Amino acid sequence: MSYKFDFEFLAERWPDFVAGAWLTIQLTVASIALGFLLGTVCALARVYGGPAVRRVVGVYVEAIRNTPLLIQIFIVYFGLSSLGLKLSAEVSAIVALTVNMGAYTTEIMRAGIQSIQRTQLEAADCLGLTKLQTILHVVLLPAMERVYPALSSQFVLLMLASSITSQISAEELTATANLVQSDTYRSFEVYVIVAVVYLALSALYRFALWAIGLVLFERRRKLGTPL
Amino acid sequence: MIQLSANHILYLVEAARWTVLLSLIAFAGGAMVGLPLALMRVSRSALLRGLASVYIQVVQGTPLLIVLFLSYFGLGILGYKLDPLIAAGLSFTIYAAAFLAEIWRGCIQAVPKTQWEASDCLGLNPVQQYAYVILPQAVRIATPPTVGFMVQIVKNTSLASVIGFVELARAGQIVNNSTFEPFAIFAIVGAIYFAICYPLSVASRHLERKANAGR
Repeated sequence: MSYKFDFEFLAERWPDFVAGAWLTIQLTVASIALGFLLGTVCALARVYGGPAVRRVVGVYVEAIRNTPLLIQIFIVYFGLSSLGLKLSAEVSAIVALTVNMGAYTTEIMRAGIQSIQRTQLEAADCLGLTKLQTILHVVLLPAMERVYPALSSQFVLLMLASSITSQISAEELTATANLVQSDTYRSFEVYVIVAVVYLALSALYRFALWAIGLVLFERRRKLGTPL
Repeated sequence: MIQLSANHILYLVEAARWTVLLSLIAFAGGAMVGLPLALMRVSRSALLRGLASVYIQVVQGTPLLIVLFLSYFGLGILGYKLDPLIAAGLSFTIYAAAFLAEIWRGCIQAVPKTQWEASDCLGLNPVQQYAYVILPQAVRIATPPTVGFMVQIVKNTSLASVIGFVELARAGQIVNNSTFEPFAIFAIVGAIYFAICYPLSVASRHLERKANAGR
């Protein structure tokens, strides 16, 4: 093999990669937070809602989980703008990722909520907790603790999937890579670097999620054992 | 401007054949690499376990899109110019192998320990233990999540469009370029993906219920 590896372009272009990674973090943290909220509300609706609401949530979840994210992104960015609703690439990315995240969160949180036994709700009622207190402290937090590993992997998967938003020219990490490689013709080096950055981001997200778990779940902090 | 017509929809449906073919290639390749990886993950040798685990961690921590770019543009510049179909097949194999290996490792470990001990007492060697006792039972546990993962594979083949492979997603972009009705076209494309994926999702859930009912 006569190919010479050349990473010299890094000296000049590293700020681009940092900016790209920063946008990836911003896009994904925003869509994880919004998607988690959307999914939790949908999961509550799916378990406790009336038949019509359950049906609507079911259709939403199945429609999103059985179509590619790429197509969802195209529908939000190109589709909506052709109907007159023009969103910037970044906003489209957040909308599409949020809707996607919400569907997966619904399924995960539904499993968690269904694992909360009836007697817990009755006990909360006896203690005189209000509906909101019951939902927050007796249903949602323990439900979330039970499914936290599945949620965490889904969050990391979303961060990796955000690379797809490069296809609508959101200038995140993957789009930065495409830009730099077309300037320097060093595609192999560029993509290896970006792969390493994504690996580091995955590790960072896993660590952050573990730390958030410690703060959120008392049992884990005090006893060190998962529920 | 060209009107969106039945011919366009026919073109999309025909392009979906490539999506199905790519999915089958990805699954076959992923299974061929993934099974040995799963066996390595449960091996007694720490070295084999470590190697498989590093592979899985690296692939699961990298976006599939970057793997695709690496095998198409990256290898191309190193002098191995791959056809888009080959580059996509290679990337999906790398990707599917890592996920299938993790799924199957769990399934192999879910076979009760007593099955190992009993087959040991009967004097079976490790190869026979796997072939006649462990894997047949693991396959039954593995079927629902494997069918579920097929859905992920089908959806992810849409990424092959970015290296110019004309499957369903790319065909949608091509039709959109001539008719410019993105909302309708990508809705149709999404519906075709749904038609492929939804039966798989339903089958996976059905198999899971059946498997749990037996216990």
